[in-house]
Amino acid sequence: MSVAEITPDGRTLGGTLMDMRNITLRFGGVTAIKDISFDIREGEIRAIIGPNGAGKSSMLNVISGFYNPQEGEVWFRGDKRGPMRPYQVARLGIARTFQNIALFDGMSVLDNIMTGRLTHTKSGILDQAIWWGKAQREEIAHREKVEEIIDFLEIQRIRKTPVGRLPYGLKKRVELARALAAEPKLLLLDEPMAGMNVEEKEDMSRYILDVNDEFGTTVALIEHDMGVVMDLSDRVVVMDYGRKIGDGTPDEVRGNQDVIDAYLGVSHD
Amino acid sequence: MSIPRLLARNVEEFGSAPAFREKDLGIWQVWTWAETAAEIEALALGFLTLGAQPGDTIAILGRNRPALYWAIVAAQRVGAIPVPLYQDSVAEEIAYVLDHCEARFVVAGDQEQVDKLIDVKEQLPKLEHIVYLDPRGLRKYDHTHVTAYAKLQDAGRTAQDDLLPELRRRTDGLGADDICVMLYTSGTTGKPKGVVLSNRNIIETAKNSVEFDKLSREEEVLAYLPMAWVGDFIFSIGQAMWCGFCVNCPESEDTMMSDLREIGPTYYFAPPRVFESQLTSVMIRMEDAGKFKKWLFDRFMAVAHRVGGSILDGAPVSLGDRLKYLMGDVLVYGPLKNTLGFSRVRVGYTAGEAIGPEIFDFYRSLGINLKQLYGQTEASVFITQQRDGEVRSDTVGTPTPGVELRIDENREVFYRSPGVFVRYFKNDESTKSTKDAEGWVATGDAGFIEQGTGHLRIIDRAKDVGAMADGSLFAPKFVENKLKFYPDILEAVVFGNGRNRCCAFINIDLTAVGNWAERNNIAYSSYQELSQHPKVLDTIAEHVAAVNDSIIGDEMLSGCRIHRFLVLHKELDADDGELTRTRKVRRRIIEDKFSDLITALYDGSERVSTVTEVTYEDGRKGAIKATLEIRDVIVSPEDRIAAQ
Repeated sequence: MSVAEITPDGRTLGGTLMDMRNITLRFGGVTAIKDISFDIREGEIRAIIGPNGAGKSSMLNVISGFYNPQEGEVWFRGDKRGPMRPYQVARLGIARTFQNIALFDGMSVLDNIMTGRLTHTKSGILDQAIWWGKAQREEIAHREKVEEIIDFLEIQRIRKTPVGRLPYGLKKRVELARALAAEPKLLLLDEPMAGMNVEEKEDMSRYILDVNDEFGTTVALIEHDMGVVMDLSDRVVVMDYGRKIGDGTPDEVRGNQDVIDAYLGVSHD
Repeated sequence: MSIPRLLARNVEEFGSAPAFREKDLGIWQVWTWAETAAEIEALALGFLTLGAQPGDTIAILGRNRPALYWAIVAAQRVGAIPVPLYQDSVAEEIAYVLDHCEARFVVAGDQEQVDKLIDVKEQLPKLEHIVYLDPRGLRKYDHTHVTAYAKLQDAGRTAQDDLLPELRRRTDGLGADDICVMLYTSGTTGKPKGVVLSNRNIIETAKNSVEFDKLSREEEVLAYLPMAWVGDFIFSIGQAMWCGFCVNCPESEDTMMSDLREIGPTYYFAPPRVFESQLTSVMIRMEDAGKFKKWLFDRFMAVAHRVGGSILDGAPVSLGDRLKYLMGDVLVYGPLKNTLGFSRVRVGYTAGEAIGPEIFDFYRSLGINLKQLYGQTEASVFITQQRDGEVRSDTVGTPTPGVELRIDENREVFYRSPGVFVRYFKNDESTKSTKDAEGWVATGDAGFIEQGTGHLRIIDRAKDVGAMADGSLFAPKFVENKLKFYPDILEAVVFGNGRNRCCAFINIDLTAVGNWAERNNIAYSSYQELSQHPKVLDTIAEHVAAVNDSIIGDEMLSGCRIHRFLVLHKELDADDGELTRTRKVRRRIIEDKFSDLITALYDGSERVSTVTEVTYEDGRKGAIKATLEIRDVIVSPEDRIAAQ
């Protein structure tokens, strides 16, 4: 199971990072996710796709620990994970971006990304208020890390610009930067390309690939744009009405009859 | 005499002074002359480990970064010829130059450049190795023929004991007549030519021009213009090495303006279009300013307009005006210069194109010593320069020390100087037709020397100066420049050689016109739609008529008045071959490509439909369709009366 494996495009996949076993999630009488199992392996880009209302976002929220499934087990880095608070999840090394951008509009890009370093900050409130010695050294180290990410995502130009003034595509990039600042093991992206034009999508795809390549970050993403998903991901989970109807490489999934039916519809006669 | 020797001299005399700065990770990182020399030596040794031989060519491809300037000097140290390339060139253009100069090694800035090189590597049997600076995204590439810059330096340092004597021998052997650099001219016609410049060319020119403007070790310059352009080579390598001043590299292309403000250069060069767009953005922002601020700005700009230039030239100005100017300096000019990053500019130059008189006067009236120079790659830049106190917008100055000028019977300008290039690489025919046995070089520009002042005035490219059907003089650039002085007009192309009247293509300036549209509640969804808006066409027609008015009195050029024009549906672009990389209009190509539009201009039709091929930044091609309206313009006072 944990043997390294080479993907068709030459990337190396490591052992299992996260294992979802027989997950079922209900909201009252509604079953959002029905008995789904899949794994995410270290170093891969794993996509979750499906038509509207398939349960993708719910699945991502289960992975991020925001929802607790009624049935099934979540295993992360070899340990079974119980119910958790969001900050505990962040400490575990999971960071995410949101479908609807969730940044601090009045703060500069730099400050927004600095908030991503919070889980790595060790000095207390008092130290930071006085900002001397350890706290100062720590902030300088964090700033350096943040500047590396700014450089990586090519947003030097807007470093000091308040986020509220930025166009949508750039906000998405800042959100990615903040998630990266936490140096996550697993990066969850909820529709990173939604509402973007072709050029912005291409840029974003390149950044996701580069992040995966440079930092070795494992990426799990939800996306509607099939072209993007097929180009980007190593493996794809396909959901429909809360069930898993396909799992495999983009090529395998593309040839799967259930998937074709789910996307194109099927005549009932 | 060589650049590496100047480097050694600088290390000895002021090794701990800053030589290069680059903003990286949000902080200005500094390298002293001693550190610079050490970095260059490590890279030069690295080149030796790759087997670099004297006479090899090493190409440099990327944006202005200290490490790439070091690569130039490192190439010189191993006896190789550095060839900086335009970083925004598409892969085929790069392939042509690399093939022509027979480059064995390329030092590339980042993944984007490496990808272009890998795309064309098949066609380049001589290309052995690519060295890259920024490792991002390149980790998984096949590294048999690709190496990281830092790694190559490490290899050089490791092999130091074995290779240093050889490196020293090669560096010490460099003389004034050895090749310093080879620069490819973008060429308004035909394929680019490799201009070979010797150490003597560069160093003599640097020395003369430094003395002319009394530049010193204290200067600060911002290196932001393409490294393949001769001007950048003279400023950032020639003059910097000769004087020992510090070269500052911006963090990225996008941050250039804020980096400029942070550095506050004392010696600054920009093509007219940069000054133009800065002025446009100042004016746009003033439109949005509050009433009081606008009043203050207008009032003091009027004072500056009246006396600012005279004060700068040292001409007599009344005490009252001086006091008003001083007040203006505190309230308006100072803060404005600071915003533009020009607070410390002692010597500023513009060249390459004619600059609009209003634009030129605007900067000078603020107290910025902006001057014009005239030059070309073949002259190692300088042919003429304006002396302090003799600055005007319509001339390009008097010959730089060491330069002789001559105008032939066809009005073409010739010069001879220590900076005159050695030869065109592998192109003896062109060398012969450009440079005669006595060392006179044809500039290809038509001009004349003004009686009395001795200033050179340039009219147009010599080959573009033609005749209308009735024999009167046709000088398209003269008219185009007048048109381009309007902020709404980005580019203009005038036709009329051998025809009975002149017609023009106009490119609107999206910033200026877009802002105007926003202010006047005019909705548009694309460049194309805005360009064809009737109100835009009306405005442009007024500009064209005003230009016609201004040349009607000119005996020589009154034939160049424009009778009809159309506004193009796309911006002329270097990627489509319509402009050179230095953004000069390529007339022949435009004439071919838009022949249907030209026909329509002359056959009297009121509109014309066309399909145009465009190239996107990544090299893919597409097509845009458009229907363009053609407008007639008032060409004489009689017309105007008739129209009313």
